[in-house]
Amino acid sequence: MTRTVTRKISDRVMTLIFCSSGLFLTAVLILIGAFLWCEGSPALSLDFLTDAPKDGMTAGGIYTPLMGTIQLLFVAMFFTLPIGIITGLYFAEYSKDNFLTKVLRVSVRSLAGVPSVIFGLFGLSMFVIFMHFGSCLLSAGLTLACLSLPLIVTVSEQAFLAVPQDYRDASYALGATKCQTIFKVVLPSAASTIITGTILAIGRVAGETAPIMFTGAAYYAPEVARSLFSQVMALPYHIYVLATSSTDLEATRPIQYGAILVLIFLVLGTSAIGVIARLKLAAREGK
Amino acid sequence: MKLNKIGHLKGSFESNGDNVMQHTVFAVSLTGILLMVFLLLFLFANGLPVLKDMSIKRIIFGVDWYPMEEPPALGMLPLIVATLAVTLMSSIIALPVAIALAVFTSEVAPKKTREFFKVLLELLGFVPSIVLGFIGMMLLAPYMQDVFGVASGLNLLTSSIILGFLIIPTVASLSEEALSSVSHELREASFALGATRWETIRKVVVPFALPGISAAVLLGVMRALGETMVVLMVSGGAAIVPHSLTDPVRPLTSTIAAEMGETPVGSVHYHALFFAGLILLIMTLAINLISYWIERRRVN
Amino acid sequence: MPENITADVLIDTADLNLFYGKRHTLHGITFAMSRNTVTALIGPSGCGKSTYLRCLNRMNDFIPSVSITGHIEINGENILAPETDVIALRRKVGMVFQKPNPFPMSIYENVAYGPRLNGINKHGDLDEIVENSLKGAAIWDEVKDKLDSSGTGLSGGQQQRLCIARAIATQPSVLLMDEPTSALDPMATARVEELIRELKDKYTVVIVTHNMQQAARVSDNTAFFLLGELIEYNKTSRMFTAPTDHRTIDYISGRFG
Repeated sequence: MTRTVTRKISDRVMTLIFCSSGLFLTAVLILIGAFLWCEGSPALSLDFLTDAPKDGMTAGGIYTPLMGTIQLLFVAMFFTLPIGIITGLYFAEYSKDNFLTKVLRVSVRSLAGVPSVIFGLFGLSMFVIFMHFGSCLLSAGLTLACLSLPLIVTVSEQAFLAVPQDYRDASYALGATKCQTIFKVVLPSAASTIITGTILAIGRVAGETAPIMFTGAAYYAPEVARSLFSQVMALPYHIYVLATSSTDLEATRPIQYGAILVLIFLVLGTSAIGVIARLKLAAREGK
Repeated sequence: MKLNKIGHLKGSFESNGDNVMQHTVFAVSLTGILLMVFLLLFLFANGLPVLKDMSIKRIIFGVDWYPMEEPPALGMLPLIVATLAVTLMSSIIALPVAIALAVFTSEVAPKKTREFFKVLLELLGFVPSIVLGFIGMMLLAPYMQDVFGVASGLNLLTSSIILGFLIIPTVASLSEEALSSVSHELREASFALGATRWETIRKVVVPFALPGISAAVLLGVMRALGETMVVLMVSGGAAIVPHSLTDPVRPLTSTIAAEMGETPVGSVHYHALFFAGLILLIMTLAINLISYWIERRRVN
Repeated sequence: MPENITADVLIDTADLNLFYGKRHTLHGITFAMSRNTVTALIGPSGCGKSTYLRCLNRMNDFIPSVSITGHIEINGENILAPETDVIALRRKVGMVFQKPNPFPMSIYENVAYGPRLNGINKHGDLDEIVENSLKGAAIWDEVKDKLDSSGTGLSGGQQQRLCIARAIATQPSVLLMDEPTSALDPMATARVEELIRELKDKYTVVIVTHNMQQAARVSDNTAFFLLGELIEYNKTSRMFTAPTDHRTIDYISGRFG
């Protein structure tokens, strides 16, 4: 066989291998998706979403955990968005090349890699015990806020850096101060990117289980949390509980799969909105 | 006309508003450092006390993890080995697939397919680990149990497979970005010299994208290392040093998650779990440092 | 200063030296520009004309390694003095950039940006200022029906005239233009050049251009910069027909540039 023929054969073979990786992924996704849908869709109904779990969770719906997850997201974003966006602003507009800035960057970057269960430990020792909040919505929300801080910082910084320098130049040349330039030109320009990034962060945080396991998530709560200091049920934790310690596997089976489907829709739906919004924004700017 | 030596002109931020804003922004940003400091502080403060009851050698190298006995046996070796084994196995399974997918998406797929896969890979990265843990526990484990004829499908191999699936989208998506960013002119130069597509990929595109791909790989490894729910639900929960792929294991993460709920605050077990967290954190920071170091080298 | 340039000096530069770190970029620039004239700064790329221009509204302050010695008086005040109110200076000395850079806001808001900074917020007052500025920039008729549409939706030439309107909305006395037409097509360029000739009735214009024909078309006086030095400064008509320095002759005749 000539060398050229060998080369052509290698090329064909490798192309086949690469294509099959794509096919493999698609096949696996379709199979799993179909399976989950078959098992879980019988449970899906409006009642499923609006009923609280009943009878030791062998019946009823997922209203309480669903609400709990939404409450957790609110608390987490309430704390992390202002701090994260301001820190991103600092990196983009104010930071100088000094030691403190380097330390700050390393901190944020390192925090991004910390496993979620470690945040759980931190949340337990700091919020639940040290600050005496106890195991509650506030502690769990704060823990999630710490978890998502690096993400918001990164997203904000990139959004601010993406604002063209031209706009700032024009603003300064018109006699604006830095403060005015940031509020009137930079922030509005960066706003849509930051919102998109926030949506993605929400999607990620909604599915987190480990950080809330011992900081506020409850095995069972009779009603949706009414105060920051009550415990909450949360959707991902609820799924875990159902899967690992339910008393009647047959009865809870459709509920488990239904809950999984709801969580998938919630997380992937939010993330899809974020990703598509970002693509649309990029297309609009890049023209 | 007088000469007026100005020297180094300071920035024109003369107004009071600017000063206030600058200091406020800086102060708020310090939260990042504070968070890291407090995290380390609390981990150390709650983890180090375990050394009062047991030497560090016995903790790290001891093979008996029976923390609820009296006196507690706190040998973390099985936990550490399990963490390393699961991370290694899942990386071996995931990385080739992820990179193949990245190459497929970036170099082989036609335009529409490429757009589709890019979005798909990115979205799949958002699937919560609990979902994968659930699938592993409900679907894969019983299947593995039949295929391998073992007592339980909840073991090292099964959890590595699921963990692999968890990290494939992230690694693939980031690697794809690295591959795409290799300039078109480079590829054209290679083709113009008569190279096949596979040769161009192998000799030109991948080497140029290697820094980005390494970053993606390290990120995946770090994620596998720190993952909790998948291993909690699928790895079997036996604190033993694995001898075969089908042995059940209990990595550090699942140990902490499983036992913390039951442990009285302030007990030796409590401190031991925080110490386990410390070990985990050190492993994660080590990988973070490696990736940071690689990036610095690339810039230089 | 050549005698043929009359008094009523508005911008008086004396022995201006600028350093980027250790690099001596502007050497002893000394000349005076009169009120209501258009002065063109010409010279090959990198000769310092844009750097000089940016001294006039203290935009070089944003570059940390810059240090400046010398004197620039605008309307009798030394603008390089440490106690200068730079924010106020930039309201009196407006700037138009090479690449049109309207804000991603409505046309109305673009023009109203400067006045709003100055505290003018009443809608009636702003309406008047916006209309006058857009008329002064010869673009009112084209945009008066779409003041709420985005500034970035206009053509390149229109965007640049919008930027001119935005700059004159703060009622400056000096208008600095840094190669304002180099990113525009010939028709848009012609319109902006026509506008510059009209603008000098109300403003004192300093325009940096690498296009000598443009300098000849729009300016009253021309300053030729080379390697950070002011080589020659003269009435435009004199500069292009009978330049005195041999380097000017070489540049104008195209021997380098």
